[in-house]
Amino acid sequence: MSLPPLVEPAAELTVDEVRRYSRHLIIPDVGMAGQKRLKNAKVLCVGAGGLGSPALLYLAAAGVGTLGVIDFDVVDESNLQRQVIHGQSDVGRPKAESAAASVREINPLIDVVAHNEILTTENVMEIFARYDLIVDGTDNFATRYMVNDAAVLLGKPYVWGSIYRFDGQASVFWAEHGPCYRCLYPEPPPPGMVPSCAEGGVLGVLCASIGSIQVNEAIKLLTGIGEPLVGRLMIYDALEMNYRSVKVRKDPECVLCGKNPTVTELLEDYEAFCGAVSAEAAEAVSGSTITATELKSWQDAGENIYVVDVREPNEYEIVSIPGAVLIPKGEFLNGSALEKLPQDKKIVLHCKSGVRSAECLAIVKNAGFSDAVHVGGGVLSWIKTIDPSLPTY
Amino acid sequence: MSVSVRIPTILRTYTNGSAEVGGEGATLREVLQKLDADFPGIGARILDETGKIRRFVNVYVGEEDVRFADNLDTPTPSGVQISIIPAVAGG
Repeated sequence: MSLPPLVEPAAELTVDEVRRYSRHLIIPDVGMAGQKRLKNAKVLCVGAGGLGSPALLYLAAAGVGTLGVIDFDVVDESNLQRQVIHGQSDVGRPKAESAAASVREINPLIDVVAHNEILTTENVMEIFARYDLIVDGTDNFATRYMVNDAAVLLGKPYVWGSIYRFDGQASVFWAEHGPCYRCLYPEPPPPGMVPSCAEGGVLGVLCASIGSIQVNEAIKLLTGIGEPLVGRLMIYDALEMNYRSVKVRKDPECVLCGKNPTVTELLEDYEAFCGAVSAEAAEAVSGSTITATELKSWQDAGENIYVVDVREPNEYEIVSIPGAVLIPKGEFLNGSALEKLPQDKKIVLHCKSGVRSAECLAIVKNAGFSDAVHVGGGVLSWIKTIDPSLPTY
Repeated sequence: MSVSVRIPTILRTYTNGSAEVGGEGATLREVLQKLDADFPGIGARILDETGKIRRFVNVYVGEEDVRFADNLDTPTPSGVQISIIPAVAGG
């Protein structure tokens, strides 16, 4: 299925533009007309992180006339392994600004708009309305569902990509011509079921593999060439080095773009829709959360405690709280962790930031360890407050 | 019926790291039952407490999403590839 071009061509290309884009202009499928469409195009990249970095760099180089970037975060050293639009000297700088500066350096002939703010239900419709196409490079389910809903409500196509460790997925969602994200995944996973890249890690170059697919699809949609990735999901396995595609059908029962939609405006609260932690975990941690400082004082006082690190072995290797025993979260989910826990000691759980340990705490308490606690903020909080000499990740 | 099952990264802890495992069964239900017998615990990551496929996991028999076919009763002809694709949000 080919689709008509999303954007009308600009009136003309300047001499500078012809020189710069000559390798595009001599491709018959792109030509002057295609490049003029790119010049007239307005593309917003949501997030200047792993996927946003390569996406923005190539969209800029390709000559997309107006390139928006929205990100509220600042550049952290742990971003630089994959977020190639930022450099060492950008650490601490807002990502939107840093990304915009790189875009200007790559292509001064285009306009770049830095939205140094968080995308919310308050501003998403107004910001999206200014663009022809959205590239989704966010890192959490709540924002992804919000991006989808706003794009569908505004009738905009959006190019979606998602990554984890060595696995990537990409698709184009455009309710007018095919399925939306909710057709593919009607509901987000409950918190704790699917780890984020901050928890599970991601191969840096995977971002380029998936980000480049997103740019490829954006250019095709803007110029109306080729077969867009509408109604198909590309699945990339970097370890096996294969790409497969499966069909994504428009769900007639989709609550947003189906025959009888029940979602006709943005949800009030996407965080609540996706849940920060599960209800069980929220209940378990209430009154059973200690700080890193409390843990330290318990250790110093020789309290009868058993500290369990529920992260993965490679995280434990990077940094750990002295005296903590490693029992990864998976062993709590399948139940095998419980027999490793002593009955005569108070159980203290921790993870990286406190989400996984909250989920495990619910399981441990259910199993009868009623005085068990977890460390709010996890090992990161320990490093910050007890031992800043330890490496953070 | 002998089939192959593609395992996503986040479930490979159950399959000792294998990305693809062999399976048996005339329908998806039978294949998943055998899969859980071979790799205990993996079934609960794909199916919910009521035995339905979780809403954030998609299972494909060949190229087709079984939600738009016969769900767990979707036939799994010999040699077909079954893919389990969970939602991931990383970016």
